[in-house]
Amino acid sequence: MTAAVSLVESLLVARGAYVVYALLVGVGLFVLVDDDNLVRKVVGLNLFQTGVFLFFVTSAFRADGVAPLLSSGGPYVNPLPHVLILTAIVVGVSVTAVALALVVRLHAAHGTLSEAAIREAAAAELEVAER
Amino acid sequence: MNDLAFVLVALPLLGAVVPFVLGRRAPEMARVVTVAVLIAHVAVAVVVAALVATGGPLTYVVGGLPAAVGIGLLVDQLSAVFVVLVAGTGAVAYGLLREEATGPGDGLWLLLVAGLTGVCVTADVFNLYVFLEISGLAAYALVAGRRGTTRALAALQYLLVGTAGATLYLLGVGYLYVSTGTLAMADLRVALPEVGYASPLVVAAFGFVVVGLGVKLALFPVHTWKPDAYAAAPVDVAVVLATLGSTVAGYALVRLVYGVFTVEFLTAVPAARTALLATGAVGVLVGGYLTLRQARLRRMLSYSSILQFGMVVVGIATATSAAITGAVLLLVANAVAKGGLFAAAGLFERTLGTPSIDALAGRGREFPVVSLAVAVAFASLVGLPPSVGFAGKWYVTVAAVETAEWTVLAVVLASTLISLAYAGRVVEVLYLSPDGNSGAVAADGGAAAPTTRFRGDWRTTALVAGAAVATVVLGVASSGLAAWIAPVVEVWL
Repeated sequence: MTAAVSLVESLLVARGAYVVYALLVGVGLFVLVDDDNLVRKVVGLNLFQTGVFLFFVTSAFRADGVAPLLSSGGPYVNPLPHVLILTAIVVGVSVTAVALALVVRLHAAHGTLSEAAIREAAAAELEVAER
Repeated sequence: MNDLAFVLVALPLLGAVVPFVLGRRAPEMARVVTVAVLIAHVAVAVVVAALVATGGPLTYVVGGLPAAVGIGLLVDQLSAVFVVLVAGTGAVAYGLLREEATGPGDGLWLLLVAGLTGVCVTADVFNLYVFLEISGLAAYALVAGRRGTTRALAALQYLLVGTAGATLYLLGVGYLYVSTGTLAMADLRVALPEVGYASPLVVAAFGFVVVGLGVKLALFPVHTWKPDAYAAAPVDVAVVLATLGSTVAGYALVRLVYGVFTVEFLTAVPAARTALLATGAVGVLVGGYLTLRQARLRRMLSYSSILQFGMVVVGIATATSAAITGAVLLLVANAVAKGGLFAAAGLFERTLGTPSIDALAGRGREFPVVSLAVAVAFASLVGLPPSVGFAGKWYVTVAAVETAEWTVLAVVLASTLISLAYAGRVVEVLYLSPDGNSGAVAADGGAAAPTTRFRGDWRTTALVAGAAVATVVLGVASSGLAAWIAPVVEVWL
């Protein structure tokens, strides 16, 4: 029992950021797959992406590292992952914008955010069209 | 001259801005600009391919930074094939199928072409993620079209699944970076064995990269977005995506598995190879079963793609030079055939007023050229000589016999038989069924199918016929194509 506790403790102390990243990715994916509400699905996707971003930024860390400015002497934290994630955040924001625009269109047509209800309505429309 | 590799991506990317700016106020002007950019893009692609032919691969580092931190571009024999395919399809599909001139829509089209070209020429794994998402974003918006809720729902599903896939790929890139400290493909190739192929980090990176790209390829079981998106999308968009979308992701998979992880990785981690093989084989069988169950042409074609990409992954997993050549040929074969078939499906839907396959009964005489072309394209999907599909399967079969991989041989055989079943069904309905006009269709009590011929049908007919001719020409020239990409494949193995 105490061994398990100390293992968890060491995980959280030494690898806390990785635990958070794994939780974010897991929770985000779960919400994306499991939730019926389209807006919450988009939020789940964002959580999932943010978890991955956190993993990248964490990888740049080094003990006693400082911000990579030429004016301050090293050792620096690695600037490259930060640059990558700035790009990835822009991509993520764009994807979210497109997703929400589509959700708005669906909500305007069906008056609901529930995926199941929209699918049902769409299937019913299709049947009418084919009859 | 190496700057042309940069122009290849920059031209459609910067060109995409113009139609957005002109917007709905001057859609005709936007159309002129789009056509000009697409034609120029084809010209640059052909020149680049010619340069590769005479002087070997082109390399370029954006901004003149050292390749380790900059973004490298690389056009070798293999990328040149796909660059020409992307540029040609983008221009031809726009010229022959694009319906209405809308500024923003044309901007998205150019953005899609830019993203797909970028995936083909980048030599940096993170940059590959960015281009995947650029082409993905453009694709989601194009599928959604300007109105319609069925389209919006299909596009949203495509977006959620596609972005999740791209993010998993990004996670794989993160693991690669953490283990090696570099993102350039050429450096990774050297750095990975130093880390050790069997290290958990590298194996996890491989898993994430393959699963992420597998979503973009629509491999079973992450294929569900594809039939919905391709059936709901406007016809011109469906054609360009069915031709290029997953094909380019397939190219990226080949490039990453052999150019970055290398065949030694597959030898060192047999589980990875087995997983690839199993995924491909299951994809062929389940994809084939689902294809046979479809009643609508466009959905059937989408499921057929799932089978075809299963075959491609089986080729990749077989890991000999013949198998890789076969996988590349299958990618090209599926692209050309699916483009033509989706265009034909669009024409049938518009003329007959229904997406169902049964409505095609006895229409072979009504659409003589299109029906013949459809039969030829299907023959390529089945793998009948002299089509390029046959060439691809032939190479994979040879590889299977060489390595005594009887599972692979069985999968090739199964895919051929299943393909023959669904392709035969469509061709049979077209040519041998009694005319459905008096019987089945009217018996539904539905609206009489409109059989008016539309202006512009000759364009679709030309595209479908062109695709059919291309499958045969590429089939006859397949040994030349194999010899063309041989330098790249030989270096990999």
